[in-house]
Amino acid sequence: MAVEKNNNGLQLLGFWVSPFAQRCHIALAEKGLSYESLEQDLSNKSELLLRANPVHKKIPVLLHGGRPICESLVILQYLDEAFPEASALLPSDPGARAHARFWAGFVDTKVFECGVRLWKRKAGSEPQVQARKEMVEALRTLDAELGDKPFLAGEAFGFVDVAVVPFAAWLVSYGRLGEFDVEEVCPRLVAWAERCGERESVAKSIHPPEKVWEFVGFLKNKLGDK
Amino acid sequence: MSATVKLIGFFDSPFAHRAEVALRLKGVPYELILEEDLHNKSELLLKSNPIHKKVPVLLHGDRTICESLVILEYVDEAFDGPPLLPVDPYGRAMARFWARFLDDKCSKPFWLSLWTEGEAQKGFVKEIKENLKLLEGQLVKGRKRFFGGDAVGYLDVASCGFAHWLPVFEEVAGVRLVTEEEYPDLCRWAKEYASDETVKQCLPDRAELLAHFTARKDFFVATAKAIMAPN
Repeated sequence: MAVEKNNNGLQLLGFWVSPFAQRCHIALAEKGLSYESLEQDLSNKSELLLRANPVHKKIPVLLHGGRPICESLVILQYLDEAFPEASALLPSDPGARAHARFWAGFVDTKVFECGVRLWKRKAGSEPQVQARKEMVEALRTLDAELGDKPFLAGEAFGFVDVAVVPFAAWLVSYGRLGEFDVEEVCPRLVAWAERCGERESVAKSIHPPEKVWEFVGFLKNKLGDK
Repeated sequence: MSATVKLIGFFDSPFAHRAEVALRLKGVPYELILEEDLHNKSELLLKSNPIHKKVPVLLHGDRTICESLVILEYVDEAFDGPPLLPVDPYGRAMARFWARFLDDKCSKPFWLSLWTEGEAQKGFVKEIKENLKLLEGQLVKGRKRFFGGDAVGYLDVASCGFAHWLPVFEEVAGVRLVTEEEYPDLCRWAKEYASDETVKQCLPDRAELLAHFTARKDFFVATAKAIMAPN
């Protein structure tokens, strides 16, 4: 029951490979909300981006009627609350909501942050080897949390799946940088990633793992320790 | 749900305070279980929070909730009582954004501004002071008594560290970050927060905090060195 006029007054400032921007694209698609997608050049940040997110100067930023909302998980919750008639991302039960928020936060602090150290630090250096151990542990933990459920949220695809699935495209890269076998470390997560990939919202929003690996190469070259 | 509520905390933790004050603001009866020594964590804590092994942990019937900001929202949603978060979606987004800003952008420079030295310390002091100015800006808009408006709300609770703990840390470290001249609104807010009838029931005693932190100063300096080491 989305209001189509003027794209609902929604604009999303994003960057093609950013998992945080992808969360927002997936969320908007799941909720059936049309919006204007504004791809940003992060090497030359636009006035619009700097004005919309002066604190962090980062994407994603959602603009709703011109008002900026920053931080991907804040954006996801905002979409649920500002568009209650569109299908909800978060469940209604407070305990399930807390579970979703906890695991979305886990991916940010334990997977993403660790992933940065994996490509940034020199391969084989002490900090990079430490990051490998932490990544394996984080992925095993996530795999155990998924367990036998079809989705992280339970029987149906939900908020926490939206929050985590963009990182599925990074698993191959993490495995190569960390020199571990992803299928061995988190087999259930790998199967879950394939399941999620069958959803249109996900298929349209995330890029193939090899494209991500190419981008990681670019990052290592540009910003990694020499 | 009328099941028992228990909160695992530690007397000096602003994160545990966040959870406790939320329960009190909502009028929820609870049992407080205090860890005695965070270097020797209880079985209950390790079993309840195996992933992070940290306080606070909220136990509500058969539910276990970890992470203080997640607990704040849970308490707001699971129990009746005055709302902690603003009612309008944009206000809620702003409150969540600034709470995350505190934890993600402020905690590290704050800690390092206290326990490092020389040029590095100057850098961290500059960073935390800029961040605190940004936070203060949220009070100045609409000349609010609290971040939440007329009553203590989610962002006030999230910011508690800068109200009650910051001055104690400043004293132990011998570093001055916040003065009334530079941060008139933040200082006014800090006094309002710490003297709120509900809040002050669960603020740790200042003298005890001072003694506890003074005794642990060397440990704090060591943690700062560890953070600064290349990782």
